[in-house]
Amino acid sequence: MLKRLLPSLLILIAFNAYAETPEEKGLAIAVESDRRDQGYGDFTVDLEMVLKNRHGDESRRKIRVATLEGKADGDKSHTIFNEPADVKGTALLTFSHKVDDDDQWLYLPALKRVKRITSSNKSGSFMGSEFAFEDIGSQEVEKYTYKFLREEACEGQTCLVMERYPVSKYSGYTRQVVWMDKAEYRPLRIDFYDRKGSLLKTLTWKDYKRYLNKYWRADEMFMLNHQSGKSTLLRWANYKFGNGLKDADFNQERLKRG
Amino acid sequence: MGNDHRGLGRLVAALYFMSPVAVPAGEWSGQVGGEYRGFFEAPLFPEQHDSYFSAFAQPEYRHAWDNDKQRIAFVAFGRVSQYDEARTHADIRELNWQKSGDGYEWRVGVNKVFWGVTESQHLVDIINQTDLVENPDGEDKLGQPMINLTLVRDWGTLDFFVLTGFRERTFPGQEGRLRTAPPVDTQQAVYESSRGRRRVDYALRWHQSLGDWEVGLAHFSGTSRDPRLLPGIGSDGMPALIPYYDVIDQTSLDAQVTKGAWLWKLETIRRSGQGPAYAALTAGFEYTLSGILDSGIDLGLLAEYLYDDRGTTATTPFQDDVFAGFRLAFNDVSSSEALLGIIVDRDSDARIVSLETNRRFGKSTKLSLEARWFTGIPATDMLYSQRRDDYAQLELAYYF
Repeated sequence: MLKRLLPSLLILIAFNAYAETPEEKGLAIAVESDRRDQGYGDFTVDLEMVLKNRHGDESRRKIRVATLEGKADGDKSHTIFNEPADVKGTALLTFSHKVDDDDQWLYLPALKRVKRITSSNKSGSFMGSEFAFEDIGSQEVEKYTYKFLREEACEGQTCLVMERYPVSKYSGYTRQVVWMDKAEYRPLRIDFYDRKGSLLKTLTWKDYKRYLNKYWRADEMFMLNHQSGKSTLLRWANYKFGNGLKDADFNQERLKRG
Repeated sequence: MGNDHRGLGRLVAALYFMSPVAVPAGEWSGQVGGEYRGFFEAPLFPEQHDSYFSAFAQPEYRHAWDNDKQRIAFVAFGRVSQYDEARTHADIRELNWQKSGDGYEWRVGVNKVFWGVTESQHLVDIINQTDLVENPDGEDKLGQPMINLTLVRDWGTLDFFVLTGFRERTFPGQEGRLRTAPPVDTQQAVYESSRGRRRVDYALRWHQSLGDWEVGLAHFSGTSRDPRLLPGIGSDGMPALIPYYDVIDQTSLDAQVTKGAWLWKLETIRRSGQGPAYAALTAGFEYTLSGILDSGIDLGLLAEYLYDDRGTTATTPFQDDVFAGFRLAFNDVSSSEALLGIIVDRDSDARIVSLETNRRFGKSTKLSLEARWFTGIPATDMLYSQRRDDYAQLELAYYF
């Protein structure tokens, strides 16, 4: 849908720059950010999660992720857990959709059982971390509506600041405030507001690197929960693009392979 | 442990060492632990005990090569138990070689396969024998030697199984609790097939994901995994139950529909060859309430109906029963979980209540608590001899 709308949207933006409403401008920014990240094909990456409670006690998870870019629909991803040791080999297959709930299968290696699971639990914690499933899932443009707020200086550059509102009724948020740098349209910070409208969490990105001369990925993402004092640091390493992954690498047989 | 694995072990080893690719070292993992099982009531039989300590180990070795297209897996399991000789046992859970190609997978060797969708019982799941002496819930399985070819096509996934060699069900021994009366004498197992344990069994399964649907259709032809238990005389000259393994044909259907927070589930089988042909089913739902009371805790509500058209002559206690369950997932750092389930017999007052909880401590230690209660079991019920076997079990496992 958006791909078809895109050319006309861009023309609209070009010719109606002054007549644009904040909602249109917000959407245009999201569309542009999404457009700049299109065409990567696939990637694999290692993820380390460092969970910290308010006393500073740490707990770690190690995960390997493979993602295939979706063309008509959302991305497909395969996530396998390596640590803690008792969940080693547990794997998650996700077919994300632009509007509908994602399809999700969980593989339990001790039972060798593949379970189709509900993905309506968007606000639930991912692996006990401060990241909810909706924070870590594929960020499709259609999952939110938008409103541009302002431009402001941030970290020595110019940022576009906008609000976005989750479309899903299962979301744990009423709104999110997003800071993106104007030069590259990369997210730098998101403030999350809970169902009561109070500030719940802040997510910040650090150390962006460019892959294939085009695609920006941050080495670190840090989520701080203001209400509980807990935090989760995501460390991304060994990004590999262009692995030649196909749809066939994202099925239940692959899931059982671990 | 039987001899059935030896030939396959050699085959897997040969395949492994013949591989032309330089093979980097594989990876060891697994768990070791201790278990305490205590019973709330005095035993029914003088040779049984009030409590049992046991220790177990499950080392695993996995290795992948050829750009992850070929893999071997080895999983061994062993337990040493106080008093119950039958529970002191060992098994090769897995010893197999797998090869993945374009639209196909070969799996050769000892392996484990799970089919099905329901929670209260697993009617459709038939490839592996139940390691009943491990746990009365029947979730533990013995390794099954097999050749399995999987074809992945647009119209679904087709699995062919040649099951080379039969594994006998394990049962608690004379001194063990949670057993039949008289005990099962596994030494005297009788087979309908003249080839006995060497009979080769076959299975075929088609599975497809279609939108919200998961559908599986399967057929199994071979020696039944669940024996009939016939009264006889044991090797010690005392009364015993003798396992009789019929040759059966079983056709099964399993389906799940996922609609938002609702999972609707169905498993049904039709079996012939074990007395008159019969049908059985499990059907129900699981509904998940996410983040109850603003806590981040998920509460799953489960309900299933269990039916067997043989009625009271069924070889299962679940011929007309209702299961209700509550699953709590705390979504915390220690991955705490709890499952409380109750199965109620609609024709009697028989009830089985079970509680399973576990959580992680630190990085690699897991503590599990499990308890079961059997109440109102009538003398006609298969579980009558377990009427005083309510128990709680604490297990501490270290993962490496």
